[in-house]
Amino acid sequence: MKIAVCAKQIPDPATPYDLDPDHHWVVRPDDQVLDDTDRYGVEIGLQLAEASEGTVTLFSMSPAGTLQGIRQALAMGADKAVVISDPALKGSDAAVTAKVLAAAIEREGYDLVIAGTESTDGYTGVVPQMLAEHLGVPSLTFAKHVEAADGTLRIHRQTPEGYDVVEAALPAVVTVTAGVVEPRYPTFKGIMQAKQKPVEELSAADLGFGADDVGAAGSGTVVEGVTPVPARQAGEIVEDDGEAYLKILEILERAKVI
Amino acid sequence: MDFELSPEHEAFRRVVREFAEAEIAPYAEEWDRTHTFPVDTVRKMGELGLFGLPFPEEYGGSDADFLTLCIAIEELARVDQSMAITLEAGVTLGINPIATYGTEAQKARWLPDLVTGRALAAFGLTEPDAGSDAGATRTRAELDGDEWVINGSKAFITNSGTELTSLVTITARTGPDEISAIVVPAGTPGFVVEPPYRKMGWHASDTHGLRFEDCRVPAENLLGARGEGFRQFLATLDDGRIAIAAMAVGVLQACLEESVAYAKARTAFGRPIGSYQAVAFKCADLETMTEAARWLTYRAAWLKDQGRPFKQAAAIAKLYATEAAVTATREATQIFGGYGFMDETPVARHYRDAKILEIGEGTSEIQRLVIARGLGLPVD
Repeated sequence: MKIAVCAKQIPDPATPYDLDPDHHWVVRPDDQVLDDTDRYGVEIGLQLAEASEGTVTLFSMSPAGTLQGIRQALAMGADKAVVISDPALKGSDAAVTAKVLAAAIEREGYDLVIAGTESTDGYTGVVPQMLAEHLGVPSLTFAKHVEAADGTLRIHRQTPEGYDVVEAALPAVVTVTAGVVEPRYPTFKGIMQAKQKPVEELSAADLGFGADDVGAAGSGTVVEGVTPVPARQAGEIVEDDGEAYLKILEILERAKVI
Repeated sequence: MDFELSPEHEAFRRVVREFAEAEIAPYAEEWDRTHTFPVDTVRKMGELGLFGLPFPEEYGGSDADFLTLCIAIEELARVDQSMAITLEAGVTLGINPIATYGTEAQKARWLPDLVTGRALAAFGLTEPDAGSDAGATRTRAELDGDEWVINGSKAFITNSGTELTSLVTITARTGPDEISAIVVPAGTPGFVVEPPYRKMGWHASDTHGLRFEDCRVPAENLLGARGEGFRQFLATLDDGRIAIAAMAVGVLQACLEESVAYAKARTAFGRPIGSYQAVAFKCADLETMTEAARWLTYRAAWLKDQGRPFKQAAAIAKLYATEAAVTATREATQIFGGYGFMDETPVARHYRDAKILEIGEGTSEIQRLVIARGLGLPVD
């Protein structure tokens, strides 16, 4: 089985990043890391590939930089990576990102595409579904369990009450939730092997896109403004005079928590 | 000159740090309090390949350089010295002698489980009456037909009594002026593991006294040539010194990070305590000691990796880094004030744990002796 896993490189969440003042785009440092939510997709991809003697190819649209984040996923065990890296892509919105990823995945060939539910920097949460639309295949979402065999994809789709069992014919796109598998840690051997694994770098033109099809020019989304989260107000301190629980109940009722 | 680590070293450091923070840090206080050796966590360290780092791939190792091992030990020590010493002793004292001096048969039998962390090996050198004076070893081994018969006792042996322990390599007197190394498999009749010690620190590390009472092992369990035991363990300890220095670097890093964070957050007389020179200068000293210790350690590891002489550099790194670590834990505890004296505060645990760094695998005094002799001084 040929498994495509979408893997995004994002600025290290441990160090705050900037938005450029003109367009409110994330200013991307050279040494981005693998988005934590994508580690689950990579892990599930690796497990399915191991069970089916398949391959895992990573797809990422990103300024190339050090490719540190992609190397992380290769060190976990993915076979190769395709990185679409082009200054023309700067400012691409979710729809353009989905279109570009779809073109790269189509070019490579696939049986199953795995993505996280949403990225940790942009949080749009719509790219995988748009990607499925571009590929013309079923889109299954919020999987906390994934099986793929005999041309069928079967998932447990997480719901507030429990889960639905959902099936679709392969090829298909599936998004996986965080925390349902334990992503493996890359070993030192994995890190050394990742150095030798192929990373194909493509431009927008390699995928048949003109300058107006992608980047800010091709995007319909404009971020008009960004407002910082207001600083948290100091909390209310309830002194316990033996009856504090009554006050706390009142506060919780007022907040409609109970 | 180039002080950059390779991208692969840096990538591996991030992995071990993440592992240490997720799998060890949240539980270190509890293991310390309950004196628990966390077998499952040690197995996970094995799955991550930590025990096999510097050993050949043909036995399941990673063929990494010694610097990579130092980085792993440093990152574990930054959150918990007990797990760091479990790795350090497992690799440099437990596996190293087998990998270096073992016959093909010995390596094939023991290494695959050891380098993957499915089993742990220990090294029995110190005796109740022979510490720094390891030549005073009293444990005897006599050949009886095709078996060694071992009698004697060993003291303070790390990793010797865990459910993962598969063997202890001991030094024993095999003749009047002859010390040899012999592999004693766990569970051999006459090999008695005494109850764990009550220690000042390293509560989650496994340490026992061992007794050998007419303990019989096959003659082929001799490790290396007969009579070579003394020379072998001196070489083993040279490696271990760099690794213990790496532990001290991790401790220094922890003290630095904890102290700076606390100095920014804690206020006294209406200002963060880090705005007072008394505290800020302590933090500056911690940073200076950490950097100095780290580069002495990495240089010693680099010399070893280059195949160049490193005895002097290893002793210097061990001496400076461990004494700096003890100073750093004392100063960090001081910065934390009363909270620093509370057992659950990480710097308090580091304070109790650090002292042994100046003692184990060659005391500070022995390091000074090695360094002074390296200067050509005729010192005894």
